[in-house]
Amino acid sequence: MDPAIAGQYVMNGLLLGMMYALVAVGFTLFFGVLDVIKFSHGDVLMVGSFAGYTAFLGLEQAGIAAPVIQTIVLLLASVALVAALGALIAKYLILPLANAPALNILLATLMLGTVLRESVRLFFPNGSNPKPFPQLLPTSTVPLGSFDVRVDSLMLLGAGILVIVLINLIINRTKLGLGIRAVAQDGETARIMGINFERVVLVTFAIGSAAAAIAGVMNGLYYTEINFDMGLRLGVIGFACAIVGGLGNIYGAILGGFLFSFLQTAGTLFLPVASAYKDVFAFAVVIAIMAWRPTGLIPERSSERV
Amino acid sequence: MASKDTDTPMADAWSRPGTRTLGLLVAVAALTGYVVVFLAAEGQMQIGGLLVLAGAVVVGAHRAGLGERLAQDARDQETLLGVVGILACLVVGWVFRADHFALLMLSKTLLFMTACLGVNVQLGYTGVLNFAGASFFGVGCYTAAVLGAGTAVPPLLSLLIGGVCAALVGSILIVPVLRTKGHYAAVVTIAFAVLFTSFLQVNDVLGGPQGLRVAGMSIAGWDFNRQLAFGPVTGSFYLNYYLLALVITLAAIALNRRIERSWIGLAMDAVRLDELAAGCFGVRPAVWKIVGFTLGNFVIGVAGALFGMMIGFVAPTNFTFADSLIILSIVLLGGMGSIWGIAVASFIVILLPEKLQAIQEYRFLLFAALVILVLRFRPNGLLPRAPRSYFPGWRP
Repeated sequence: MDPAIAGQYVMNGLLLGMMYALVAVGFTLFFGVLDVIKFSHGDVLMVGSFAGYTAFLGLEQAGIAAPVIQTIVLLLASVALVAALGALIAKYLILPLANAPALNILLATLMLGTVLRESVRLFFPNGSNPKPFPQLLPTSTVPLGSFDVRVDSLMLLGAGILVIVLINLIINRTKLGLGIRAVAQDGETARIMGINFERVVLVTFAIGSAAAAIAGVMNGLYYTEINFDMGLRLGVIGFACAIVGGLGNIYGAILGGFLFSFLQTAGTLFLPVASAYKDVFAFAVVIAIMAWRPTGLIPERSSERV
Repeated sequence: MASKDTDTPMADAWSRPGTRTLGLLVAVAALTGYVVVFLAAEGQMQIGGLLVLAGAVVVGAHRAGLGERLAQDARDQETLLGVVGILACLVVGWVFRADHFALLMLSKTLLFMTACLGVNVQLGYTGVLNFAGASFFGVGCYTAAVLGAGTAVPPLLSLLIGGVCAALVGSILIVPVLRTKGHYAAVVTIAFAVLFTSFLQVNDVLGGPQGLRVAGMSIAGWDFNRQLAFGPVTGSFYLNYYLLALVITLAAIALNRRIERSWIGLAMDAVRLDELAAGCFGVRPAVWKIVGFTLGNFVIGVAGALFGMMIGFVAPTNFTFADSLIILSIVLLGGMGSIWGIAVASFIVILLPEKLQAIQEYRFLLFAALVILVLRFRPNGLLPRAPRSYFPGWRP
């Protein structure tokens, strides 16, 4: 195969994997602190990209055209709004339901995702049509070995790595992270030790949702198009990645994300039948992995209490 | 319970068998009348008014304690209720015998209710999560399409084959479903639902995104797609499908009832409530999960096959993950394991938006919000499953 095309596939796969990993990290963080699955996560991501788009339109109106400022403002607006949204969802939907059966929470958050999706479709101006996302990053290419890489892809990839490293640092090196880990291990005991349980939960949901917002903006910048129903697909894929990697484990989520994008890319490249079957192939492998390792590739450390 | 009934003279009069039978009959007649008026209503204001009326009556009856009494009476006189209920369905069908749209909507509601009863066997009794209900429904539809186009299999038999195919496709998932628990189990069926739609989208043999035509139903030369005529009276051809859908729904209800009342249902309940404890008492969880999952998929597939024949056309967009969620939310809205709850919820979720054109655009939004509210404030559903009663009138 032509190395230039192969390089394109690899880069595309890496970026996709980064987006999936960012979504999956959110799932795994939420599961860590509250043992719940927040399925509206994908649609929260979609809200993030629409918030960024709105901020961009606002800047255009205000006459600010510098791409650097636009990118920063767009990202900040998206992250701030979505972090607040994530914390609100946690406070008013998930914490009150925390003792309900797992299925109820799963369904309630799925339905919340539908509410978000439909709200954007119905109430965002002309929301049912795809929106052109601005191309703010430089589109020039740099040579890398035998093929050319687009600068914007490299920047997006770098940004993704930065976010993941940052989240990892927050969790492992800060006092807040200590609180998150304590709540994840045992919420009751953490409370006895004087940790503000609700605050930790809300902050965790804000962090996870912010990661999704960044993934949403990345998605918009990379594909230069956003759509009201992009969240469901990304949410399902992100959830599958988090599960395949093993819930409650950030490395598992990252592994799952890149594994899924690898499967899709491999499906496109090497499948003897039409490459259109890449999603079928990737999800079939997910089901097979679940049959092989029922609690994910990096299993949670838990034992059943009787 | 018994002592409360005889507290006051009023209650004394109520508990006489004649009065209670009469009360039940009046309630069924009123409900039938309401459904007829509702389906016949044209103006959006009328429909809105009828909905407000229904809400007021339900709340009023609940406040007066009538609802509970009626539910108890219904449990005590189940055979009577069954007969009267079937009669009521026939009456509704007869009233709308010439109305294509009303009959189509009623049949669609009945078939979705049947699919939900299939999910009920899986989730409500056995506790096996199925996020791919619409996919198995679709397997039934596509089976009917392929069999109708390429073979001479009698259509009635293709209904059964549709169910068997759905059960067979479901058996691919048995190993992962059995091995996984909780959220990990959810991802298996969710992945399957997404896989199924994207498979249909790209598969040229099954029509790709354009879908397939489905041949209509016919039994022994009785073509369902021809206008119905009994002497001078003629009816819409959808009346055929309505009657057959009614038969299938009744069979599914009977199946659910029989399962619930038998030792099979008891074993399934044990597996759902505590797999480990059930295992300790000699109930094999794996066996009952397989039985529940396969049986449920069979029921869903049969309903799907008839639905395909009735609509005459199937396309991948009818069987997406969102449709599976609708099926699942009917079950949760009605109350897991509750047949009457599922019946009521199917009418609310399937029939209501078709009639209420004003909310057509907003229906997904409204239902999603409704399900969230129900889960938040009435987690057991609108009509929660009553304590198991082994025969009519039996009280624990």
